[in-house]
Amino acid sequence: MHRYANPLRFQRIADALLPWIAVALLVLTPIGLYQALVLAPPDYQQGEAARIMYVHVPAAWLATFTYALIAVASAIALVWRHPLAEVAARAAAPVGAAFTAIALITGSVWGKPMWGTWWVWDARLTSVLILFFLYLGYIALHDAFEDPARGARAASILALVGAVNLPIIKFSVDWWNTLHQPSSILRLDGPTIAPSMLWPLLTMVLVFKLYLALVLILRMRGQLAERRIHNLRASGAGG
Amino acid sequence: MIRSLLALLHRDLRLAFRHGAETLLGAIFFALALALFPLGVGASADILARIGAGVIWVLALFAVLLTLERLYQSDYEDGSLELMVLAPVPLELLVFGKCLAHWLTSGLLLVVMSPLLALLMSLPAEAYWVLPAALLLGTPTLTLIGSIGAALLVGSRRGSALTALLVLPLYIPVLIFGVSAVDGYLLGLGGGAQLTILGAMLLFALALAPPATAAALRVALE
Repeated sequence: MHRYANPLRFQRIADALLPWIAVALLVLTPIGLYQALVLAPPDYQQGEAARIMYVHVPAAWLATFTYALIAVASAIALVWRHPLAEVAARAAAPVGAAFTAIALITGSVWGKPMWGTWWVWDARLTSVLILFFLYLGYIALHDAFEDPARGARAASILALVGAVNLPIIKFSVDWWNTLHQPSSILRLDGPTIAPSMLWPLLTMVLVFKLYLALVLILRMRGQLAERRIHNLRASGAGG
Repeated sequence: MIRSLLALLHRDLRLAFRHGAETLLGAIFFALALALFPLGVGASADILARIGAGVIWVLALFAVLLTLERLYQSDYEDGSLELMVLAPVPLELLVFGKCLAHWLTSGLLLVVMSPLLALLMSLPAEAYWVLPAALLLGTPTLTLIGSIGAALLVGSRRGSALTALLVLPLYIPVLIFGVSAVDGYLLGLGGGAQLTILGAMLLFALALAPPATAAALRVALE
């Protein structure tokens, strides 16, 4: 694992991967949007409004996925003192918070015509709102100390504690009788969504994942550069 | 090990008694803030009875939150926290002792006061035992979860607003089941299941919070 702790090695791998991710994103985004907005059939009950799903569902998945990523990276950072894992967790946090905000906002816009209300306090919506605040708390705690290393380690512990919320989000629609519909894709008995809608959705999920990867790499590079500048300044001031 | 736990408990309780006014601050806030609600929403008994359980629970959350800062900050400042980390007993055990002392001087007060507040909010007579029972199961969880937040922020340059941001999201499940347990009994639906879940959350917090707090304190003293 420590093979990958070297920032220079990371830079090389990131530089090699970045163009491929960017090209894939550029190609897939129009395809996914065309599939979602034109090719996919309108829902027989919800009509065209169901197309919000192609943004809402990937954003919501990525919101929880990014938090899981932060939690795993935090565990690695705490156990092995892996410096890159810390950088990755910090870099992913604002992106995850943005995905959570998108999921909440699109869900609200979708809820207005379907449920007749912008917001209901059901278990799924509430637990995702908690997730949003966990992201904000993580970011704020990270920057709350004079010593950045202290903030990073404290935030890592918070990320692990907050991870108890993830299963609650996932199973909230099964445990409680919520207005939010239960899971229709990740089920033991196979997806209950029509293939003509499933494929555009999966393409959009892939687009969102590629976007996460792209932004994550860019932000990690930025943070590593920032650290280097900081260190150079510090050594320059000393000598 | 038990002896050092008892010694710590003894010390913390004595400190709390010597700082009487500071210790009572959470309880005073609890009663004072409650007095604002009849003035704010109108003093009609049926409105107060309907929102009573929720208001009392939310205020209990805030009251515990207010007292969290004294959990580790003063020990950090006078250096005794360092001795606890270096002591030849598990830090998790000492954290448990500190949380127990904190609960005895904050959460338990709220439990004892709650029938009186239920009376002020015109709650039905059943609330006089349901509300303390639910708070008895819920407030230790609040202390334990809050202990993680307080430990994470030891020595930080930002104070209590950040504690609220870290801790309140994790308090929400306790609030939900605490209120629905009380409302369940008051509406005659029964709230046994919710009380059981509150108990389960307490056991979960008892298992999770001491190691997480200990890890946070070790980070703070690195």
